[in-house]
Amino acid sequence: MDLENQRRVLEFSEQYGAENVVVLLGAAEGEAAGLAAETVTLGDPTWAGPLAGVSLGLAVYHICEPEVKEEIDPDVYDEQISMMEMVLDVDDICNEMNAIRDQL
Amino acid sequence: MADYSVIKAASYVLAHTPDMVIHNGTTQTTEMVVNPDSDYLKELPEHLRSYDDCLAYIPNQAYIGNVTNDELRAVPFPYYDKKSENPVRSGKYGEIMPQSEFYGLMQICDVFDLVLLEKDFAVKVKADLNAWGLLKEEQLAVLDKNQWEKAELERLVNEEHAEGLYENFELVGCVKRAHDVDVNLSAHTMLENIVTKASSVQSILNLLSKCDIDPDSIDYVIDCCEEACGDMNQRGGGNFAKAAAEVAGLNMATGSDVRGFCAGPAHAILDAASLVKAGTFKNVLVTAGGCTAKLGMNGKDHVKKGLPILEDCIGGFSVLISENDGVNPIIRNDIVGRHTVGTGSAPQNVIGSLVTDPLDRAGLKVTDVDKFAPELQNPDITKPAGAGDVPEANFKMIAALSVKRGDIARTDIPAFVKEHGLVGWAPTQGHIPSGVPFMGPLRDMILEGSATRGMIIGKGSLFLGRMTNLFDGVSFLVEKNPGKAEEKAAGGVSAAEIKAMIAESMRDFAESLLK
Repeated sequence: MDLENQRRVLEFSEQYGAENVVVLLGAAEGEAAGLAAETVTLGDPTWAGPLAGVSLGLAVYHICEPEVKEEIDPDVYDEQISMMEMVLDVDDICNEMNAIRDQL
Repeated sequence: MADYSVIKAASYVLAHTPDMVIHNGTTQTTEMVVNPDSDYLKELPEHLRSYDDCLAYIPNQAYIGNVTNDELRAVPFPYYDKKSENPVRSGKYGEIMPQSEFYGLMQICDVFDLVLLEKDFAVKVKADLNAWGLLKEEQLAVLDKNQWEKAELERLVNEEHAEGLYENFELVGCVKRAHDVDVNLSAHTMLENIVTKASSVQSILNLLSKCDIDPDSIDYVIDCCEEACGDMNQRGGGNFAKAAAEVAGLNMATGSDVRGFCAGPAHAILDAASLVKAGTFKNVLVTAGGCTAKLGMNGKDHVKKGLPILEDCIGGFSVLISENDGVNPIIRNDIVGRHTVGTGSAPQNVIGSLVTDPLDRAGLKVTDVDKFAPELQNPDITKPAGAGDVPEANFKMIAALSVKRGDIARTDIPAFVKEHGLVGWAPTQGHIPSGVPFMGPLRDMILEGSATRGMIIGKGSLFLGRMTNLFDGVSFLVEKNPGKAEEKAAGGVSAAEIKAMIAESMRDFAESLLK
């Protein structure tokens, strides 16, 4: 996750409280989604940004995970996301996301 | 209606610049500031490729036209551990220049005496560039003025804010600052801009030479790189196009710069096609040099995974758009996709606006297009960095949208991706991979009859400039030339009508002889 986004995530969690922030990812790959999820939960694994050594433990999901899909109007989901759902390796993304959340 | 414009020629060049990876790539220069003792910086030099390895890298041979896309597809992935059987410098579309010669070309492209080379190094470079054969004697003579000892270069780098130029980790030259206060004329900025100019010139000279184009035939040049030149009072004033045209000897041309991040080249080609179709100019050259900042951009991931530094080349290209010759493929600038302010950022809206909307307007199906050319980044570079296979993702998106429209079945996605897609080969130099690397190969495929229609798609991420969060993109169709349309002469008489009139006169004359 780039340094600017890390800074913004940190600011939001300080402003609203970590328990009130949900991070929604749109990464195209499981590995990239997992890295971003790790950054906003356990801390920046590259030790380069504002979240290095900062474990925010934020709730984090990928837009293609079933938990998120259920919360969204099916028509909107169809219009905005369904094409990418066909393109992405959703199973791989879900596995990576679950693996990170399991560590919390 | 005037004839469509045609793709008359295309060139694609690389300059192998491994030392610039260390000193000028932003991943590395940032690391030197925030973590100067990092393991990455220590390990990096061992991961730099030699010039021979750079030539043997199959995607590089594909970029300069020695390996077709089908041949590249047949190479088992990944590519970095495979070697080309024919690792040559020169290809159908261009060449791969070694770093030392590129430093010489930079000096020849510098008209303000900012680039200095160590005197013995300059002698060797001059001999090599003389053998290259694309420069005039007076241009090569510029290299004779280098009487610099290494100690003086070191002093300029250490005390005068000059940027060093290195060969095999040794200082062999420098780029001086052009102003002592103005950051837009700092040595850092001047080096970036001179590199961009030099790689653009390299591509133009290759195009003129390989495609036998008369330099005086070119009326206008459009530069579409991602750099900006100007001083503190006009940071992006330009004009890279005219500056490169001057060195390349395009004496009859003027020009201007077009910008749009990675979509810049597609915008520039559309501009060129429209200028030619409107009759404003007959021959418009679109060109772009490469970018030092992106050298080694994904280097940390490559080193971590034991790969060579694959982003060790500056890229460049030139495409010549000319008036219709009845032979070369036409640019259908009436079948154009555009991502508008109102399109939105959802991928299906983006792909719809760029791919299916223009086809719908033209009454064409997605399957009527033989090949799509969106972002064509080499997946060997992007996959280890977690960015996936960018071209494949684009083709899957086009296929998935076609499924949603009912054009193809869901089970047809893999076949569609293979048949209408390409495997990526372009260096990750921002604007370089965006659609245009396929214009040369597409021209050849259409001329030889293996394709009749292709779509070039340029996409750009505008948020990087922090002026807007909008995405951007334009696309256009390229088609087989149906033959030159009949032009109406000024008096409203067509060529066919003139032929009929001549034939009638000849008949009358013949009859008069018989009388």
